[in-house]
Amino acid sequence: MEADPVGVLTGIHFLDGDQACCEGALAAGCRFAAGYPITPSTEVVERFAQRVPQVGGIFVQMEDELASSMALAGAVWAGAKAFTVTSGPGFSLMMEYVGYAAMTETPCVIVNVQRGGPSTGLPTLPAQADMMQARWGSHGDYQIIALSPNSPQECFDLTVDAFNFAEQYRVPVFVMMDECVGHMTEKVVIPSPSEIEIVPRRFTRLPHDKYLPFRAGVDGVPEMVRAGDGYGIHVTGLTHDERGYPSTSAETQRQLVDRLMNKIRQHTDEIVRYEENAVEDADVVVIAYGITARVAMHAVQMARERGVAAGLLRPIVVWPFPEKRIRELAARTRAFVVPEINYGQIVNEVERVVAGRAPVQLIPGAGGAVHHPEDILEAIISHASAEVAK
Amino acid sequence: MSLTVEAPVQANPVEAFVRTERIPHVWCPGCGIGTTVNCFSRALQQSKLDLEKVVVVSGIGCTGRVAGYVKLDSFHTTHGRAIPFATGMKLVNPELTVIVYSGDGDLTAIGGNHFIHAARRNLDLKVICVNNFIYGMTGGQVAPTTPVGAICTTTPYGSFDEPFNLPFLAESAGATYVARWTAFHVRQVTHAMTEMMRKKGFCFLEILSPCPTLYQRRNRLGDGLEAMKYYKDQSVVRHGANTKEIAISFQGPIVVGKFIDIERPVFLERMNKQLTRTLDAEYAGCVGENVCG
Amino acid sequence: MSAVELQFGGFGGQGVILAGMVIGRGLVLYEGYNVSLTQSFGPEARGGACGVQLVVSRDPIFYPYVSCPQILVTLSQEAYRKFSPQMRNEDGSILLIEQDLVRPEKIPSSVRVAAVPAMRFAEDLGRKMVLNMVVVGFFAAATGFIKPESAQRAIAESVPEGTQALNLAAFQKGYDYGIQHLPRVCA
Repeated sequence: MEADPVGVLTGIHFLDGDQACCEGALAAGCRFAAGYPITPSTEVVERFAQRVPQVGGIFVQMEDELASSMALAGAVWAGAKAFTVTSGPGFSLMMEYVGYAAMTETPCVIVNVQRGGPSTGLPTLPAQADMMQARWGSHGDYQIIALSPNSPQECFDLTVDAFNFAEQYRVPVFVMMDECVGHMTEKVVIPSPSEIEIVPRRFTRLPHDKYLPFRAGVDGVPEMVRAGDGYGIHVTGLTHDERGYPSTSAETQRQLVDRLMNKIRQHTDEIVRYEENAVEDADVVVIAYGITARVAMHAVQMARERGVAAGLLRPIVVWPFPEKRIRELAARTRAFVVPEINYGQIVNEVERVVAGRAPVQLIPGAGGAVHHPEDILEAIISHASAEVAK
Repeated sequence: MSLTVEAPVQANPVEAFVRTERIPHVWCPGCGIGTTVNCFSRALQQSKLDLEKVVVVSGIGCTGRVAGYVKLDSFHTTHGRAIPFATGMKLVNPELTVIVYSGDGDLTAIGGNHFIHAARRNLDLKVICVNNFIYGMTGGQVAPTTPVGAICTTTPYGSFDEPFNLPFLAESAGATYVARWTAFHVRQVTHAMTEMMRKKGFCFLEILSPCPTLYQRRNRLGDGLEAMKYYKDQSVVRHGANTKEIAISFQGPIVVGKFIDIERPVFLERMNKQLTRTLDAEYAGCVGENVCG
Repeated sequence: MSAVELQFGGFGGQGVILAGMVIGRGLVLYEGYNVSLTQSFGPEARGGACGVQLVVSRDPIFYPYVSCPQILVTLSQEAYRKFSPQMRNEDGSILLIEQDLVRPEKIPSSVRVAAVPAMRFAEDLGRKMVLNMVVVGFFAAATGFIKPESAQRAIAESVPEGTQALNLAAFQKGYDYGIQHLPRVCA
């Protein structure tokens, strides 16, 4: 369906990533946000607090991130689309809720504007060191979706997509920004409402006596109802059967967790999204996401100017990981170079998928700054040198 | 030839409010939580509320299991987070009567921060706290409500730090209705619950309740019935008592009653007033289809 | 056109960031450029040297950071010391300074220098805080990089309600000064 015009600020704007993210949420139909102040993500909810009273909705500043995140679940089960926004230490606190949202299949969006860590780290400076936390941060087995915008424009676009994924698959969806993208100001084009595709909540049409809140259709995703709809549902973070009732049987656990995993795994091809630049004839493929992908693209251009066949693969959806495409490339690529602002997270996925068929070189970053394009260029050239020498 | 006698079985009047297919419940013999659920069912009946618009939100623990047994929209959240969940739900759909039903450890230890802030904001939530002085589900550890001197698994030589006086905590933080009763006072508990359901604002009801398996046994206080005798003998009804003076000591007197019943604008009223004042016609409101899409 | 790098520097409270924002906004919304604007944030941006940098291009911008600015605008000596050594020493490079707050030292040979008494003009207008818009006006005149109409529209959209006239007057003051004096100061 089309976006509700009331939340869509159609036009050309000059916005930073945080502001664009807020506009994406409003365009997607999000009308509830809860948050707790934290640098460098607060600007998202500051804008939401300013905008939402004129759109129709609520922002509430909660007492901490445990509360901010859990308030989403209440808002969602009452019928709203909801998101929260945080960074570093707040993201760690929200991990409790992430497991609950995964277990109760509560569609919601969590934005993390990544900053340097561990602990308080570098509040005002960038990192990409929460990528694994987004995937694995809460205890137990579950699946999520995570996106990585590399510009204010994508902060808008991918926030809309995040809400759509959340509704489609009933999982928490992460928008994994970084401080650079969050605080960078660029042109942001917000389309007209009719050009913005919105996935509405999948409410059931079944009558009360036929409806089971956790019985899934063929795609593994159950339909929802709202509190107050008269269905008398029970929702719990305990292992539960299709009625939503707690169970301690290993078989119920298996059925439930199988479904929580498979509803994403079986739709990986529909969810995965990446962008390629000059990959077709590339000897060396750089795999980078977020702000680092822009630095890497600069390095790829410099390499091409020197006659080195370099290319860039940029995962836009990071989780699930675009492993099929990387596996294809591994068969014909001399080497992979993976710059990221951490000491090696996504590179582990690349290594797993490449499985020894080509060297995979990490260019780590401690956080606090983006890479120097020259460092990426040097790595590209070092792997291509034999070819260049010919 | 056999003779069958059709015994006139009368349905339990609370059955309509309970997910009977989930019975037997998890609570121990002599536990007071079931008693409070009985009272709650009767209060629902008396309140004349549209049950489709009543929601129960629980945290984790023995009392946290209440959400699983009531035949209402019910949400069993994570440990301590019933109030934040209820906050999101109430703000998005103010038509719902949102009842938070949980234990002392859940609400005032791990959830203590949420408790005081929800009271401060005067969120329109009805908080029912079953206080059994101990962590039951995990096997009898000391709680923020455990009276000084009581034996718990983590205070094997007797607890020594000061417990919360919950009505005082609730009042100080801004609750508009504060009462304390015990599982012995079923009529009063039912009445208090009914009053809360009719009242707007952050309402808090503490119900002292026996934990025979852990609190009673470890402290050689007998079974659930002994606890009822203690409640009966040591309770003093003092409506309007100064909450500062009603802390509970080990097996000491229990001041019960309704202590606070005041009016204060709730969060949404204050928000609407402020936004209407500053934005005037530009304020799009915050309820109904606007929010729920 | 290849990308042009602009650097603005001053001390916290001078409105340097807003000056950069106004120029970026004008270029993006009214002249069809791509602009990547980055700035320093947090405690280090309150007082002390603060900066805003813009990469401006007709093409998509990948690397959004400024390494050797062709145009440097400094409103404090500290910012001048920090940013001027990074300047690109080539024809067309321009250094704009606040006349009374910055004393340029060791100017690279190819760099044109122009100075504006922006603080005094702002004081004449009755509000020291519009110094930044005087500088935007001077920037428009000195560099020709942004059309005055584009800057004026961006200013009107960016400054607080009720201060538009004052800010536009400040812009005009800086712009007129640039137009009148540039042949002399840019010798």
